[in-house]
Amino acid sequence: MNAAYLFKLASKNMWRHRARTVMTIAGIAIAIVSFGLLRTVVDSWYAGAELSDSGRLITRSNASLSFSLPRTHAERIRRVPGVEAVTWANWFGGIYIDEKNFFSQFAIDPDSYFQLYPEFKVPPEQFAAFRSDRRGAIIGQKLVRKFGFKIGDQVPLKGTAYPGNWSFTVRGIYQGADDKVDEGQFFMHWDYVNETVKSILPSQADRVGVFIVNIKDPAQAASVSAAIDSGFKNSLAETRTETQKAFQLGFIAMVDTILVAIQTVAYVVVLIIMAVMANTMAMAARERTREYATLKALGFGDKVVCTLILGESLTISLVGGLLGILLTFPLAQGFFNATRDLFIVFEVTPTTLALQLGAALLIGVTAAVAPAINSTRVRIVDGLRAVT
Amino acid sequence: MKVARGLSLSYVARNLYARKLTTLLTALGMALVIFVFATVLMMAEGLRKTLGGTGTDSNVVVIRQGSQTEVQSTVLREQANLIAALPGLASGATGQPRLSREVLILVNLPRKGGGLANVVVRGTTDEGLALRPQARMVSGRPFKPGSSEIIIGSAMARGKVALRIGDSVNFGLRSWTVVGIFDAGSSGFDSEIWGDAEQMMQAFRRNAYSSMLIGLRDAASYKTFADAVATQPQLKLDLKPERQFYADQSEKLANFISILGQTITVIFSIGAIIGAMITMYASVANRTREIGTLRALGFRRGNIVNAFLQEAMLLGLVAGVGGLGAASLMQAVEISTTNVQTFSEVVFRLALTPGIALEVLLFSLLMGVLGGVLPALRASKLEIVDALRSA
Repeated sequence: MNAAYLFKLASKNMWRHRARTVMTIAGIAIAIVSFGLLRTVVDSWYAGAELSDSGRLITRSNASLSFSLPRTHAERIRRVPGVEAVTWANWFGGIYIDEKNFFSQFAIDPDSYFQLYPEFKVPPEQFAAFRSDRRGAIIGQKLVRKFGFKIGDQVPLKGTAYPGNWSFTVRGIYQGADDKVDEGQFFMHWDYVNETVKSILPSQADRVGVFIVNIKDPAQAASVSAAIDSGFKNSLAETRTETQKAFQLGFIAMVDTILVAIQTVAYVVVLIIMAVMANTMAMAARERTREYATLKALGFGDKVVCTLILGESLTISLVGGLLGILLTFPLAQGFFNATRDLFIVFEVTPTTLALQLGAALLIGVTAAVAPAINSTRVRIVDGLRAVT
Repeated sequence: MKVARGLSLSYVARNLYARKLTTLLTALGMALVIFVFATVLMMAEGLRKTLGGTGTDSNVVVIRQGSQTEVQSTVLREQANLIAALPGLASGATGQPRLSREVLILVNLPRKGGGLANVVVRGTTDEGLALRPQARMVSGRPFKPGSSEIIIGSAMARGKVALRIGDSVNFGLRSWTVVGIFDAGSSGFDSEIWGDAEQMMQAFRRNAYSSMLIGLRDAASYKTFADAVATQPQLKLDLKPERQFYADQSEKLANFISILGQTITVIFSIGAIIGAMITMYASVANRTREIGTLRALGFRRGNIVNAFLQEAMLLGLVAGVGGLGAASLMQAVEISTTNVQTFSEVVFRLALTPGIALEVLLFSLLMGVLGGVLPALRASKLEIVDALRSA
């Protein structure tokens, strides 16, 4: 029997139970979409770290991030060979009206910070206004969209890491150089925060959360990091320097249990659908026990019958799979729009697409295995006699 | 005419049993959904239970105003002395107020398999240990005051950090020796390391405490004490009953897990409901003649709908029990992760409660009903004559 004819027969079989086939295809499409989305969530989580500039190092306290370092470390770091520029940032962690309105806030040194981060684009006149206002702030485009802030607005923040009620005036709005830059941050003057802290908590004044170090040659990252750390070895404020990427991956590793859970779940979805599909195929094959026996009685071999079963199963799973893959794009976009605060990039990768297709194939093949083997076992006489 | 009460349950059950492979596969699909659902709920519950079971109601935690966590908080010595003089505090054997001035530090310790954990190191006092009687030494001995000895919570002895007695841990330019392991009834304290407060302050050159733990005369004295603190606004301190203080720290992560899990479950359940629907439609299609016979025997449309709905619900229940059974094994799993709210490592065990079991079983029945309702209606709509005549 030629392939075209076999294919025709298999697809005719497929449409004998329209409702069932449509439902099965829908089930597979749902599974493939959720599989793709879950994988994209995990990918995007890591993607933020992948994007970071390899020429940037982060220096922080060796004990843990909750310890600060003296501001004076900046000058010593700058003198380390291979270092081009140094700036620093303190996590401010203020609450804007309610804890739900979370966004990252950093106290920074304006000139050195924005030189080190050229991807934060601020119009020059706005930057000048920020520089001359000690209580000014520069905020990301995303915060403008989310909270409706505009230039000149007062933003009240309730301090957590730094006590008291604070208020900052929006003086500038930055935009990312491309869409991979986090536009959801809020920057204020380190000097202003520091002076206020000096009067209420002198022990915490002149301290810095992290130093950001620009190096001349990204290839030297490891040796420069080691040189910085060895300079502070056995001092009260030992440091730990790593590339920005490693630093961010460290953050991600803290919640990796949850990521592992998401990934496991993505595979469980495929399993669930395999069960559903296998069920449909088993059912279809059982109903046709008599037909298959007839085919064999007419002289067609086991091979033809098996091909029929496999063809039907694969067609259903691939149609469902392709539908799912097509649906992944609009859904991923919708998901990204809904959770813009959590992710910087949210892209369906080619690997995900390949895995989705692979999963669809796998579903089709596994579903056909048991009925196909069964069909070869049944004797023609028993098959013809079978009651379904 | 009086008609029989309906089709018996054994008829319904035998129908499922007659199609073993199909029933099994459908139930397996649904059981996996139930398993995921139950596991996620157990995860959130386990976290709540661990942190919510930390502390006692008659103790109060005092931190700096607005600081939210002990790590971010600083309590100055003067503030601590003022607090000690307030009414409502319990008195110890020698008449001094029962309170512990503590210091809390996050220290990076390597995790097995790479990465760093932010472990809570708590500098405490004799009184601090006495105020937490639930923490009992399970091996080794308590730390000696004034020494560089530390004791570790039982979860720190297991999990990803896995310290042992005799190990030394370096922080604050000193080497600290583990001399004992304590168990605080799988509460949040089990994820902590304890040592002598004054020694830790010296090591980190700190001159302020992080928090204070205060023993009240009884739980009812809380109001007296809170009012007394309120009359001294210059104190600028926040206070909460100890148990509530730690319970509140579990909310964000527990909510995140529940919401994520429930979204995923709803999506999956659509797949499982489709599976149930396919099975039930096939069950109806295969039994057209049987249905006709039943109608001819005098069973009404309602009886047929009932029988098929019961069959679908039974399928759901089988799946629910199976999924729940598998999920109950997950109680042995311990999760070690960072609590996003406090930025520190917390180890907790998945917990199954009767509430979760009930919720999950109801959900499995619902899946069965949703999958069975359309096929059951179709079965009931068959005309007797057509059904009997069908091939």
